[in-house]
Amino acid sequence: MWPDPRVVKFVGDNFLPARVHVKDDAALFQKYGDMYSAQWTPTVLELDSDGVERHRIEGFLPNDDFLAQLMLGRAQMSFAAGEWDDAERRFREIVDKLPDTDAAPEALYWAGVAPYKKTHDPSSLKKTATAFKDRYKESSWAKKASIWA
Amino acid sequence: MEITFRHDVDAVLSEGRQQHKPILLDFSAAPM
Repeated sequence: MWPDPRVVKFVGDNFLPARVHVKDDAALFQKYGDMYSAQWTPTVLELDSDGVERHRIEGFLPNDDFLAQLMLGRAQMSFAAGEWDDAERRFREIVDKLPDTDAAPEALYWAGVAPYKKTHDPSSLKKTATAFKDRYKESSWAKKASIWA
Repeated sequence: MEITFRHDVDAVLSEGRQQHKPILLDFSAAPM
C-alpha cells in the first residue's frame, strides 16, 4: 500500500510521516503504542499538528481503500478545526474519486454535515438523505442520514 | 517513489506543532 504513487503523493502533500517498527524500534513502539493505545500492526494514526489522534486505520487495506481512509482522516481534521469548506471539499473528493471504497458512504454523510455546520441551513442534510436513496443504500450511513429526509 | 518515514517521533511531533502540519504515525511490522 505504501509504494502506491497516489498514497505517496497524498502523504507527502498532507503529513509529516513517522514510523515505529515493532522490532527495530521496540522501545519507541512501546512508548508510542502506550501513548496512543496502538496494540496491533499495521496501525496508522493520523494526528493533527498538536499530536491529537483524528483517525485510525487498523489492519491491511487494498490501495484504494487505504487511500480513501487517509483522505477521510485528513477531511476529519479540517472538520474538527471548523474549516467547513475545506472539509466538505475533501469529503466530496473521496466520493468522487474513490466511490467504491468503504470510506465513500461515510464521506458522503459528512460532506452533507459540513455545510450545515457552516450555515445551519438544513437543505444540505436533506440533499444528502436524497443522495443516499440513489447510492450506498445498504450502508449504515444511509440509515444515519435517513432522519434528514 | 517511496515515503521517507522518520523514526525520531518526538522531533516529528515537535515539527508538526511548529509547522502546523498533521503527522502520520505508522506502527509497522513490515520488513525494513
